[in-house]
Amino acid sequence: MAYLPNTPHLRAEMLSALGVESAEELIDRQVPGKLKFQGLLNLPAPLSEMELLEELERDAACNQPAGEMLNFLGAGVYDHFVPSAVQRIISRSEFYTSYTAYQPEASQGMLQATYEYQSLICALTGMDVANASNYDGATSLAEAAILCVSATGRRGIVLSGAVHPAYRKVVETYTKGLGSNIRTVPTPDGVTDPNTLGELLAEARSGEEPPAAVVIQHPNYFGCLEDVSAVAAKAHDAGALCVVCVNPISLGILVPPGSCGADVVVGEGQPLGSPMNYGGPLLGIFACREEHVRRMPGRIIGATTDAHGRRAYCMTLQTREQHIRRERATSNICTNEALVALAAAVCLSLMGKHGLRRVAELCLQKAHYAARRISELRGYKLAFSAPFFNEFTVETPVPASRIVSELSQEGILPGRDLSLDFALEKNGQEVLKDARRPNFLLLVCVTERRTKAQIDRLVEALSRYQPDSG
Amino acid sequence: MLQPGTEPTIAELSAEGRVGVSLPRCDVPEAPLEELIPKEQIRTDLPLPEVSEPDVVRHFTRLSQRNVGIDTHFYPLGSCTMKYNPKVNEEIASWRAFSGLHPYQPEETVQGALRILQSLERFLCEIGGMDAASLQPAAGALGEFTGLLIIRAYHADRGESHRNLVLVPDSSHGTNPATAARCGYQVVKVASDERGRVDFGDLERHLSDHVAALMMTNPNTLGVFEDQIQEVCELAHSRGVQVYCDGANMNAVLGICRPGDMGFDVMHFNLHKTFSTPHGGGGPGSGPVAVKSHLEPYLPVPRLREEGGILRWNYDYPKSIGRVHPFYGNFAVALRAYCYIRQLGPEGLRSVSEDAVLNANYLLKLLVDGGADKGLELPYPAPCMHEFVLSAAEHKKATGVRTADIAKRLLDYGFHPPTVYFPLIVEEALMIEPTETVSKETLDAFAQALLAILNEDPGVVKNSPHTAPVSRVDEVKAARELNLRW
Amino acid sequence: MEFPEDLRYSKDHEWVRVDGDRATIGISDYAQDNLQDVVFIDLPEVGRQLQQGDIFGSIESVKAVSDLISPVSGEVIAVNEELPDAPEIVNQDPYVGGWMIVVQMDDPSEVEELMTAEQYREYVEEL
Repeated sequence: MAYLPNTPHLRAEMLSALGVESAEELIDRQVPGKLKFQGLLNLPAPLSEMELLEELERDAACNQPAGEMLNFLGAGVYDHFVPSAVQRIISRSEFYTSYTAYQPEASQGMLQATYEYQSLICALTGMDVANASNYDGATSLAEAAILCVSATGRRGIVLSGAVHPAYRKVVETYTKGLGSNIRTVPTPDGVTDPNTLGELLAEARSGEEPPAAVVIQHPNYFGCLEDVSAVAAKAHDAGALCVVCVNPISLGILVPPGSCGADVVVGEGQPLGSPMNYGGPLLGIFACREEHVRRMPGRIIGATTDAHGRRAYCMTLQTREQHIRRERATSNICTNEALVALAAAVCLSLMGKHGLRRVAELCLQKAHYAARRISELRGYKLAFSAPFFNEFTVETPVPASRIVSELSQEGILPGRDLSLDFALEKNGQEVLKDARRPNFLLLVCVTERRTKAQIDRLVEALSRYQPDSG
Repeated sequence: MLQPGTEPTIAELSAEGRVGVSLPRCDVPEAPLEELIPKEQIRTDLPLPEVSEPDVVRHFTRLSQRNVGIDTHFYPLGSCTMKYNPKVNEEIASWRAFSGLHPYQPEETVQGALRILQSLERFLCEIGGMDAASLQPAAGALGEFTGLLIIRAYHADRGESHRNLVLVPDSSHGTNPATAARCGYQVVKVASDERGRVDFGDLERHLSDHVAALMMTNPNTLGVFEDQIQEVCELAHSRGVQVYCDGANMNAVLGICRPGDMGFDVMHFNLHKTFSTPHGGGGPGSGPVAVKSHLEPYLPVPRLREEGGILRWNYDYPKSIGRVHPFYGNFAVALRAYCYIRQLGPEGLRSVSEDAVLNANYLLKLLVDGGADKGLELPYPAPCMHEFVLSAAEHKKATGVRTADIAKRLLDYGFHPPTVYFPLIVEEALMIEPTETVSKETLDAFAQALLAILNEDPGVVKNSPHTAPVSRVDEVKAARELNLRW
Repeated sequence: MEFPEDLRYSKDHEWVRVDGDRATIGISDYAQDNLQDVVFIDLPEVGRQLQQGDIFGSIESVKAVSDLISPVSGEVIAVNEELPDAPEIVNQDPYVGGWMIVVQMDDPSEVEELMTAEQYREYVEEL
């Protein structure tokens, strides 16, 4: 079915009004014959709705969703409980079949919801203003680096090695065209050491690339908490701005970066009410200090009044955006992740102050229980001594790849084999120096969805691997 | 205190002690917080609202009732292809076998998903006349960015990094020049001729060996088919320039002609336009990129490769531009587009474009026939492809009523307005794209409404909308007195 | 539409009021009318050196942004501090209260290259 309401009869009426025999005639008046595709595209034959469902069920059967396994995978996408009300609300087609609020009078629902999302993000992160969303945490981070470059007039970007490796790759790609120089701070102890950072910043300043931005992730990729205040202070001493990339769930317990000197806070909002969806769509959180509001990328919703003085909402500061400023826009973003932001707003509204705190505490306690039990196993130890939230890195007695591969066949996903991120010489050397062997590192994540029994089961499975079991 | 017709914010519904979720007790032995996290890092204040589930649901449901979507209104936003979003796709995307997948789970456990992605890549190549694709870009603008980076890498690889200019038609979507600037290019505008197509002479003058790329849309933003496109691409190629196709308007040419056959080197698709995935109130979308074989080495990594019967993500592409997304793109959006293409098949896709073109031309005729003597003009002659642009400049001169006013008044008639004031080269522009998923009756009703508005008392039109949840929103105040959070 | 006789005008719709070797600069009534309600204005710092044709700032309405282009060369010796907080003055009073900068001209003869009120009026009518 192609969802075409017109019938041959109605088409005939329209064609007659136009004085042509067929739609093809209209097309042929515009498209030169030599450009026309001959025959039909080489695509599978059409399916009825029933057949489509059967076909997709076959594909579905070839997937074993992590959401139904014993899942300890985090590393940027998280398996949290999504309250049922979230899905119901974002399934309302008044929301999901609408588009950007170019006509505010037609879109007060989405506009107000987005204003509420912006406000909730500010409350969560301790920042002054937030945008209506970027694509994901990685591109948000890249946009933040670009904002810092624009705000300071400098081009150097200093990235902690403990930032998600895929995020670092995205920042590299995003800043390719802008002549920025990226330096990585090594993090052999799993955290960004303020002294090491200070040295690197001094080097950058005396070199040709005075730093515009210092970027850290908190909790970082290894799961460790960073000393945000110390890092921000070092950044500011060097005349750079401080960007912090967060996990919004952790902000139920952790002091927000806004209170620690951060200038821009970004993050991945997927944990707030969205399923894992194989890594997309995601939600790029972006918030910053008031003085940078005109440099913020993306849409921003403002509150105002209508002609009768009633409260109303609309897009504002549009002159930053591509549809007006074109090549001098702060970003080229147009379509964003509005519906995912709506899910986050609903989820935060449901959880509220107590719910978010409670989810964060459950994650924290369960993760620490798992870490304690695993580190008590022979051959296993925590790779880093820094405090952590709900992810931690474990040194394994046998290559982590083997553990991951074997356990997945039992329906257990023990975590992320970090050799996939750090085994390549450059990356591993740059970040970990020789402090750890990447092949023997496993990143374990525990969310509120994991029960004690499930954690115990993981521990039991891990205990089968001993240092001498070849 | 709120006035009638307004909705409180969620913060205003808050009362201490309310929670909208229920959570299980902690089943592991608990340690004191200060033993796990340094005291100075523990948050003491979390200023989030406290609202019960019934109030949260009522609040957002009421907000939805203050919002217009395709499912409630005809939504002829030009250049956005607001077509019907099939519900079976929503159904399938909600299955846990798809939504519950973690991007880092072993490839053996996600072969169904990987096969869908691989098929979609192949489908898009077939539809676009291209050789290879990447589904990583999360939206059209990011697809454009990816495409330009690919072109940049291609030139660098051939020792031609001195090419620092990108040519963009003056009728182009804003993302085109914004993206080019993002890539470090200087943007040069090319004029449109009196037929609304790229001025060949102006283009020739600008095509120096300092140009890296020419970005075009076909049909273009005026709804006009660039019939000299093959000659344009040949000319560009003869000067070493790569040609980029903004595929936003693919809805006009599915199965009819293909950008690859026209000579384009690289293109992006908008799955949330042409391929029926929902717009989501602003997103998520998806902007896959497809290239001819000479550009394949530069595609983003990772890419899907079959190894021993298993599909895997492969990073072994040394010339790749890198990553534009932390994982594999908007999978749940790609899934919906895949379902759409599977349902329609090649015949269905072609009929989509045929009806899109027919609907647009029929509506165009109604409006031009009925509106010409009321100051509604067609700057570029019929026929159009899947969308068209009208100018209400003469109407404004005669009555003082602007395109913005006409747009707002359409809401009172039960229609979402078309795109207004775009493209920039048409004064008081109205860009209308009905799509194929509307009936003749809807087109007739819309035309009647628009023509009626042209006859109405200007005072009524200028003060519209009168029946929407709010009356004319003060956007000036919103910009002068910034209020971006509660 | 007003075109005060004592001023000179540039093609970019800026006006100049000359006082010895000092030039006071703003945007014309035509420009403010086209922009509609001004919501934001970005002006340079005192001390900035400008060449004729340089962009010295920008002015925004809800739906448009325009560069402010200097019609003369020289040093910026005064900036209208009231405008950033009350950009609407540009709409209400473009030629007096809406003055933007004062430039100490390097070469006062540059003013001769600008249009008279009559010439500017004709120019605007052609647009």
